[in-house]
Amino acid sequence: MTQSAPESLRALARESLAAVESALDLNELESIRVYYLGRKGRVTERLKTISTLPPAQRREFGRVVNDLKRTLAETIGRRREALASDAIEARLDSERVDVTLPGKRVARGALHPVSRTIARIREIFSGLGFDVAEGPELEDDYHNFEALNIPPDHPARAMMDTFYVDRRWVLRTHTSPVQIRYMRQHSPPLQVIAPGRVYRRDSDVTHSPMFHQVEGLAVGEGVNFGHLKGVLVHFLREFFETDLKVRFRPSYFPFTEPSAEVDVSCIFCAGKSCAVCKRTGWIEILGSGMVHPEVFRHVGYDYETYTGYAFGVGVERLAMLRYGVDDLRLFFDNDAGFLRQFQ
Amino acid sequence: MLVSRNWLREWVAVDVPVQELADSLSLAGLEVAGVEEYAPLSSKIVVGRVVGVEAHPRSSKLKLCVVDAGRKRPLKIVCGAPNVRRGILTAVALIGAELPRGRKIAKTRVRDIVSSGMLCSTAELGLDDDAAGVVELDASARPGTTLNEHLDLADQVLDVELTPNRGDCLCISGVATEVAVLHGAALKGPRLKPVKALSRRRVPIDIEAPGDCPRYAGRVIEDVDLAARAPDWIRERLRKSGLRSISLAVDVTNYVMLELGQPLHAFDLDKLERGIVVRHARAGESLELLDGHRIEIPSGTLLIADHARAVALAGIMGGADTAISATTTNVLLESAYFRAGALRSRALGLKTDASHRFERHVDPESQVAALHRATELLTAAGGGRPGPILNACSRRHLPARKPITLRRRRIATLLGTDVPARQVERILKRLRMKVRAQQHGWRVTAPSNRRDIQGEHDLIEEVARIFGYDKIVEHAPNATPAGGLTREARLPERRFKTFLVDRDYHEAICYSFVDPVLQALLDPRRPPIALENPIASDMAVLRTSLWPGLLTALGRNYRRQRRRIRLFETGHVFHGGKSGHREKHLVAAVCTGPPFPTHWSEHARDADFFDVKGDVEGLLALSGRGGAYRFAADRHPALHPGQAARVSRGGDAVGWVGALHPSIRRKLDIEQPVYLFELELERLSESRVPRFESVSRFPSTGRDLSIVVAEDVPAHEVERVIRAAGGKRLVELELFDLYRGPGVPGGHKSLSYALTLQDSLRNLTDTEIEETMERVLSAVRGRLNGNLRT
Repeated sequence: MTQSAPESLRALARESLAAVESALDLNELESIRVYYLGRKGRVTERLKTISTLPPAQRREFGRVVNDLKRTLAETIGRRREALASDAIEARLDSERVDVTLPGKRVARGALHPVSRTIARIREIFSGLGFDVAEGPELEDDYHNFEALNIPPDHPARAMMDTFYVDRRWVLRTHTSPVQIRYMRQHSPPLQVIAPGRVYRRDSDVTHSPMFHQVEGLAVGEGVNFGHLKGVLVHFLREFFETDLKVRFRPSYFPFTEPSAEVDVSCIFCAGKSCAVCKRTGWIEILGSGMVHPEVFRHVGYDYETYTGYAFGVGVERLAMLRYGVDDLRLFFDNDAGFLRQFQ
Repeated sequence: MLVSRNWLREWVAVDVPVQELADSLSLAGLEVAGVEEYAPLSSKIVVGRVVGVEAHPRSSKLKLCVVDAGRKRPLKIVCGAPNVRRGILTAVALIGAELPRGRKIAKTRVRDIVSSGMLCSTAELGLDDDAAGVVELDASARPGTTLNEHLDLADQVLDVELTPNRGDCLCISGVATEVAVLHGAALKGPRLKPVKALSRRRVPIDIEAPGDCPRYAGRVIEDVDLAARAPDWIRERLRKSGLRSISLAVDVTNYVMLELGQPLHAFDLDKLERGIVVRHARAGESLELLDGHRIEIPSGTLLIADHARAVALAGIMGGADTAISATTTNVLLESAYFRAGALRSRALGLKTDASHRFERHVDPESQVAALHRATELLTAAGGGRPGPILNACSRRHLPARKPITLRRRRIATLLGTDVPARQVERILKRLRMKVRAQQHGWRVTAPSNRRDIQGEHDLIEEVARIFGYDKIVEHAPNATPAGGLTREARLPERRFKTFLVDRDYHEAICYSFVDPVLQALLDPRRPPIALENPIASDMAVLRTSLWPGLLTALGRNYRRQRRRIRLFETGHVFHGGKSGHREKHLVAAVCTGPPFPTHWSEHARDADFFDVKGDVEGLLALSGRGGAYRFAADRHPALHPGQAARVSRGGDAVGWVGALHPSIRRKLDIEQPVYLFELELERLSESRVPRFESVSRFPSTGRDLSIVVAEDVPAHEVERVIRAAGGKRLVELELFDLYRGPGVPGGHKSLSYALTLQDSLRNLTDTEIEETMERVLSAVRGRLNGNLRT
């Protein structure tokens, strides 16, 4: 503001700029703006008095008032920005939360460890191109025994205490009947696993009248015992995620020949000797073998052209070893405290 | 099968550490489950002969014995055993001896008399639990010899678990054969020599069932002293094989069975009516067995009879009438070959050592040798005059031994590893097979005791197991993808499980057999399939629903003080009668307590029907066709009559959702509401492959609509009518309020919907929007008798 400006204008400038600087919030600032710069504001009104001045002063007066107007507007603008940012700060401050309080989480349940184990087995075998099949749990004698080379009075029937519904129908004692059903519906080459419930009339600390198996079957030209070994070693190492030792022991199953019981080096003591492996360093883990010609005869496959291997894994046993569960009965007690641990 | 190492040594000289022996058997398919060490006794326990017995001057029960224990001077020993008498040979624990339970023998005074040792019972020696009297040893015992030496005590006993195909190894000679093969040793065995007949006594044998009994051999031994005891070495071997010594006849027949695998039976010859008839039982026959039980024999059971009655269940157990007794002097030994499938021990509930062996095939050529061996042992201990060997046999019914062709190439095909030809031959020959080389392979005949060898594949297994499974080369798995395994429009079971887990349900696995009482309460309309032989009365029927198992599990958790329980299960249920039953694959859940875990920012509330219905809707929506399912109020015996919905899709039943009927809940002692659902997985699994439709770029318009309809108009019906009237332009419809109260007449409800209208090709005009709303309203009026709420 030039010295030549009337004192009254200089006073107005001082007053208005001070008012702007002292405005406490955006509302007050707006009132101040209207008071000085509005259509009937005091600065605006002053500009209107220009016509009452002698023409020689008008130009200078106009320049001074317009300067004031511009300066004031700029100051208001700056002040507005400052106040707005203060307001945001204040609001944000009032919106502050304790970020350490619990979130509105969705509680999660858990898959049963048996399901979890089956899912894992499926995943490993899917990676090897195995199909997945299921079969009925109430089976007829033919599929559960006869077609698997277990005729009536065969001693192997005594190994599997059977639940009978009548002379013809039984609760399947193993998942092997799915082999028969699958081979009837498909032709070689094929590879399939069949997870499911099986039943044996036996109940104590280490036996449950119901448990789960996963059956495996591969049939084709040139499928041999070496493939069986390769697949099972791969599976067991994947499953336990460790480079354990695998041992194949001759055994007997009516539906395979040669047959093999498979042991892994104890995963608890790394094969040294502990209570879990009964101080042998080995844990018996599954049964397997080359498909018996009698089984092929029942499904109409030519044993000269095709060969195959089959295996059966006890799921609870794998789950116990994998997760360290020490009591088989826990699997069917369905206690929430047990189930929760498998989240 | 318990195998004494000492006994085995008599048959084959293999002196490797016992663990190495056990491992070699295990890796050849004869799994050794354990090895029991028989520690030797103190060498100060010796054989002693009681040469004099005097009464103890100060006791009526104690005796003062003079014992020759092989020392320069006889020992004076005080003893109270009732069987102590002059002349017996017994076990003497000398001064300084330590008994198995830690007791040390010192010179003691027993009622003023000095005793220089102790006469021992078998219990005191830790041999068995017989504490009734002192040990009585047989005449072969020499005073002064250690008991260890006399009884061959120090030993290792292998517990061999045999698979059912290896009946040939249910005896020492069989296991010895395997050991010989595995360790390249020669099989020797005791010299088994024929025992000549000293009499001409014969018994007529008629085999009327030659198919089931192709051979029945026998031998009479007259004037045998059956009160004699079996020698100590036999009794000791029986003990280590897990059998008690009973009597001479029983001990000898058991011994021969354990040694050669041939079960034998001894009859009191004088109680047999004329002779032996092997036949099938006729209706109404019964027999009192050796163990005192009388059984009604099912007709068709293979019997040993005389000319008056049944005298034994063939191959299982003899009868009481004709059993050896204290007065028996003339014996008929039976040594028969029964067809493995001919015995019905399991059906009869009678399992014996004999039936166990016959059912696993005994050697059809071993009967006569076993008779000779038994005669030798029996007459050595009890004297008597053996008659001629009687050998009734129907040759053509004996199992034939046909040569099997073994192709070299087939071995490689099946094993994936080439076993050298010379090694194949060597393995088979060591297994006592006859091997003749021919072009491309061999002609092989298995020995008569290897009934498990039926075909080429069996020979290949023999080669493989002796060659060693560990030497068969592993082939890396080759991932050949099988085709047609995945269908996008089919939801895997895993998807439903994941959904429920993410909705805070825990997966349960319940038994497939349930309590018939609970199931009848929950599903009374479906008769369940009952088990013929359940394991418990509350596991007696197959489940027709997953609810009985899940509610039992829920109840169990509730009793363990849990108040928020959410469980689901997927699995099979069994519908229909025995014939024509169907298995259905269901998913079901039960829950009780608040729908969400407590949160600090919200008030806890109890679950209601709509929480669990929301879970069901979520499951249904996985198919991408949630709208295709209908909920209809209906009655179910397990459900609250006012909170039960039947779920269906296109007229097909899918399942149920609702609250558990309060009266059932009370029976289960659960004091808070329980909600549950059960759905058929099959009907949930059909999904779809999404089909793209162009997204409209024109603005949409929202309109709210509040209508009043009668209380009994189902909400889904209102929705259906609005959608039908709205047509393609009605792109979204949401119920946002349900109201009853002032402004709405009694028996009515007000439903408020938000409608979104949009066209895919252009902007909708106000007129078109109003027209659509008008159409919707008139449909509500006309079809539902509803009205605009004012």
